[in-house]
Amino acid sequence: MRSRTIRVDRLARVEGEGAVRLVVRDGRIDSARLSIFEPPRFFEALLRGRAYTEASDITARICGICPVAYQITAVHALENALGIEVSAAVRDLRRLLYCGEWIQSHALHVTLLHAPGFLGYHSGIEMAREHGEAVRRGLALKQVGSDIIALLGGRAVHPVTVCIGGFNRVPRRAELAGLTERLERSREAALAMVRWTAGFEFPDCERDYTFVALRHRSEYPFSAGRIASNRGLELPAAQFEAHIEQHQVRHSTALHARLRTGGAYLTGPLARYSLNFENLAPIAQDAALAAGLGRSCTNPYRSIVVRAVEILHACDEALRIIARYEAPELPASPYEPRAATGIAATEAPRGLLYHRYRLDADGTLLEARIVPPTAQNQAAIEEDLRCFAGAFLALPRPQLREQCEQLVRNHDPCISCATHFLHLEVTPA
Amino acid sequence: MDPGRRKPRLAVWKFASCDGCQLSLLECEPDLLALAAALDVAFFPEVSDRPIRGRYELSLVEGSISTPEDAERIRAVRRRSRHLVTLGACATAGGIQALRNFAAIREFTAAVYAQPAYIGTLGTSTPIATHVAVDFELRGCPVNPRQLQEVLSALLAGRPPVVPRHSLCSECKSLGHTCVLVAGGQACLGPVTQAGCGAICPAYRRGCYGCFGPQQSANPVSLSGTLTALGLNRQDLLRLYRTFNAAAPVFRAESERHAQ
Repeated sequence: MRSRTIRVDRLARVEGEGAVRLVVRDGRIDSARLSIFEPPRFFEALLRGRAYTEASDITARICGICPVAYQITAVHALENALGIEVSAAVRDLRRLLYCGEWIQSHALHVTLLHAPGFLGYHSGIEMAREHGEAVRRGLALKQVGSDIIALLGGRAVHPVTVCIGGFNRVPRRAELAGLTERLERSREAALAMVRWTAGFEFPDCERDYTFVALRHRSEYPFSAGRIASNRGLELPAAQFEAHIEQHQVRHSTALHARLRTGGAYLTGPLARYSLNFENLAPIAQDAALAAGLGRSCTNPYRSIVVRAVEILHACDEALRIIARYEAPELPASPYEPRAATGIAATEAPRGLLYHRYRLDADGTLLEARIVPPTAQNQAAIEEDLRCFAGAFLALPRPQLREQCEQLVRNHDPCISCATHFLHLEVTPA
Repeated sequence: MDPGRRKPRLAVWKFASCDGCQLSLLECEPDLLALAAALDVAFFPEVSDRPIRGRYELSLVEGSISTPEDAERIRAVRRRSRHLVTLGACATAGGIQALRNFAAIREFTAAVYAQPAYIGTLGTSTPIATHVAVDFELRGCPVNPRQLQEVLSALLAGRPPVVPRHSLCSECKSLGHTCVLVAGGQACLGPVTQAGCGAICPAYRRGCYGCFGPQQSANPVSLSGTLTALGLNRQDLLRLYRTFNAAAPVFRAESERHAQ
């Protein structure tokens, strides 16, 4: 029996620092491991003793790429704890923030991280020499996403306006109207991005994933809906921990999440798309079908097309929100602290994000639990490597490395997010 | 362009952090491709898969030092770099993860991990300058992309960056915002915090939470007196100084006055 180990020591063009290790026995992949060497930052520990009003700004610092999802999931959980209802305008503005975050995060991933791997470049900057228009279009989309966040929250990274009950300040109608023309152009750019990515060459890799995402009766899910799967699971966020367990894998540096009833699952764009196709904006549905996607997508490489479709949906949804916006009477609903537990789940760009907080009568946080999408996706990413990397084993080492990286990149892992609960340096007993 | 002249080589390094500051480099969008034309982006793993080799004219460092391996790695980065610039509160003051500096790390680890013995981490999160010489520290959680562009332009032109060290209040006043502390009665760290963010918190009707760290002539004892008169208790004051720049010496000293 011949055995060898292949390591990709520093994954490039992913958010954060990770590595892949494949063990090959008799020419077949015996095991695949995605390991994380980001230092832990102990968010769940340092949140204890903080004021409940601080949870949104502190948890934002888990991830500079999806801070909005952290902020809003935190305030949703605390609003659930305190029984606070927010106004329809506040709800809309929060959904507009998600539009901005999805657009900027996805446009960055599609243009600078994922596409170069399909077209054979080391980076988006290098790719720009021959695909200048596509790169400029992607960066302009990223900019409009960032500008939505900055308009609502003062800056694109760690915006300062989200608070329990609503916002510190809400925009006037005229301020938002200023975005309309740019968003209309962005919607055209997103359509072009869907067509551009649909023309890439995709390996013929399909897998019968268990998809988990929020599902809502009438909306493509940002921040509302029940947790659903394509295997019949359907539950409120409050039951997440009863159905999904965290467990430690021998010789792995990471805690993995799995359904108590059936193994690894995938969250993120493929899951959202496949569980919510009928709630995409009509223009996004048409573009997806014209791009050759079905109503469900099980080829992880095609996630780049799904992300472009989600950008298109987010541009369209942002336009609808802006068109109907009237500033609310109060920027935030009033509230008082009380001893309670609150739970919420929303859809970060990379997938389902879960927060739970327990607070005492004066609003001091006693306990915090945060489950980011990348931690949930690790087991599915390792399964992708096990299923698909075998086809590349005959390639020369640099190309094999690139193929493994692209397999990981398909799921846009955010290792900074995942790390606050990942194990480093597992040493044998 | 003169083909004989080599472009300065840029590297971006990440330690314990959220990626937000290096993302701010990509926030310079309209100028990003111009920047790429002026610099040879030689190591930026988040954007390029080209490997580390050789020496760098400029290293931008994000994140704090919180593991023994990172304490070694930053020394290697320093050796390869002509100029080393830290980006943001983690690299410059230890970041939010420096709250561990005030706690027992074993207990912190046990609160998050089922098997705390497996976690290799230091008991402290410290700024880059604790470990190696730093040529310039850019503040902010996150950094302001405009200031980052100024630092890059200055280094390319061979001049010192122009970044204000005065208080956020000066910036806030010059923008004409109503004072959230005096007029609004809200807790605000503006008087003791360095300018540079664009006074966004007061613009969004909330007090500054100090994410740019202490200004050059901060007097937090005086500010704490004002905030106490507004009704803040010791616990409130402790939390206020202990966020993203908790380990910056001026904020740390003031928070310790309100401890227990």
